[in-house]
Amino acid sequence: MTVKALASGEVTKKILHQENVFVLDVRNERDFKDWKIEGASITHHNVPYFELLDGVEDLLPILPNDQEVLVVCAKEGSSVMVADMLSEAGRDVAYLKGGMKAWSEHLEPVKIGNVTGGGELYQFVRMGKGCLSYMLLSQGEAALFDATRIIDVYIDFAQQKKATITHVFDTHLHADHISGGRAIAEKVNATYHLPPKDATDVLFNYEPLVEGQTYTIGSTTIAIQPLYSPGHTLGSTSFIIENTYLLSGDILFIDSIGRPDLAGKAEDWVGDLRETLYERYKALAPSLIVLPAHFMIMEEMNEDGSIQKPLGQLFKENHGLQVENELTFRQMVTNHLPPQPNAYQDIRETNMGKQQPDEEQQRTMEIGPNRCAVR
Amino acid sequence: MKADSVVDAKGLACPMPIVKTKKKMKEVDEGHILEILATDKGSTADLKAWAKSTGHEYLGLESQGEVLHHFLRKGGASSEQKGQQIPVQPLEQFQHMVLTNALDGLILDVREEDEYKAGHIPGALHIALDKIESRAVELSKTQPIYLICHSGRRSEVAGQQLKDQGFTKLWNVVPGMMHYAGVIEKKGE
Repeated sequence: MTVKALASGEVTKKILHQENVFVLDVRNERDFKDWKIEGASITHHNVPYFELLDGVEDLLPILPNDQEVLVVCAKEGSSVMVADMLSEAGRDVAYLKGGMKAWSEHLEPVKIGNVTGGGELYQFVRMGKGCLSYMLLSQGEAALFDATRIIDVYIDFAQQKKATITHVFDTHLHADHISGGRAIAEKVNATYHLPPKDATDVLFNYEPLVEGQTYTIGSTTIAIQPLYSPGHTLGSTSFIIENTYLLSGDILFIDSIGRPDLAGKAEDWVGDLRETLYERYKALAPSLIVLPAHFMIMEEMNEDGSIQKPLGQLFKENHGLQVENELTFRQMVTNHLPPQPNAYQDIRETNMGKQQPDEEQQRTMEIGPNRCAVR
Repeated sequence: MKADSVVDAKGLACPMPIVKTKKKMKEVDEGHILEILATDKGSTADLKAWAKSTGHEYLGLESQGEVLHHFLRKGGASSEQKGQQIPVQPLEQFQHMVLTNALDGLILDVREEDEYKAGHIPGALHIALDKIESRAVELSKTQPIYLICHSGRRSEVAGQQLKDQGFTKLWNVVPGMMHYAGVIEKKGE
């Protein structure tokens, strides 16, 4: 029987097309519990590869015949071994090319919409980690928002679209993933913009974001209005593009709201978070399409694979926006903080330029699920 | 830590470190300490989980630069080749018997001396696993013996050795001292 390799992009498409996939995850139990491939059409079974060294016979009865069986491990090696064994036992199976390492680094571009002058806005969905980044294209120029460290994807994409990246923005100093903002700005000679209040300790040059400023991308003027919206971090800034899109960073997600404690200041920052969500965002047009920097659960994803919803709808549905009483809100936020992301302190220092981890170390730092939200 | 033999899995990616370790484990005797050299960072979590599921004991990790030195002790008969097990005495019931003075027989603690000194059941006799074979003559074959260690693994091995010498009234307390909640004594033998 045959064994085929499936790339992360192909698995992503299966998830977006609601195709049933049986994931046989052969990593150890702890890693599996920590994070895995998720999707409405995905079924999981976890058996560590080291329990299969003597044979896969016990597995055969539980493998479905009517759907793709995808063997997954950390870096591919063990999944190839198990897939080969299953193949010898007479089963057609696939393995995930590059393992969860590759899965964590795959970015899927999804078109959000058009902007004035033939421009386009794309959302880059990092399935394995829930990070969302954005590229705004207009007449040969491009702006990037909350870029991940997998910078070649953006550079190649811009090239395909015959555009030059001129501006790179981060909504805040990220603590859950390593920003590709600085690296990409250096590589393509673009300007890197950061909120100054998040950047007090950074060891490199950047352009401070100022509230109310507008930027021009391409020959058409596109208004990117930074909106000071603290709460997740002190400097968290949102962007409004053409009065249509609200890039909310880690302040407001589709199903949840940002956590204010990543720099260890939950008590101090919860007030800012409250004000940003219940006053500043409330005053914005309900028709704005909210485009967050993360998603946590697959239910947040629309059928086209995008993660977006009108602000007005979120004020009706997002549980974090329904708490009238400020004290209740404070308690909800501070009592329900999830565990902090893996290595978040190292990640922050890397994003400040204080640490220079190599690629392998960066991968290790980012392993695991995203934990930026309170639910 | 001193190992009896070494498995070199440097530069090898998963699953090879465990494949090589498993192969070597089959060749060595119970209680044998294996040192595994690996550079794959995932080997730590995997070797620990593998040891747990197969009944070997993960003793510890020492790193020297890029190289991880894992130490494993080969587990007893209960692990790989499933022989006749020593009858299990569940800890909870055992604890109750100790508490109510209802225990008829000898408690034999087979852990290392340091472990024994750090806390043991009052009245327990201490003979470390590696001395069981030579000191079995000190024990009576007619009285019941309750074997205990940290987890129940070494006591199983000790029980097998006593069984080979003709002991019949053996019980293995599972799990061992790791979950023992009764009174303990902290002094020498």
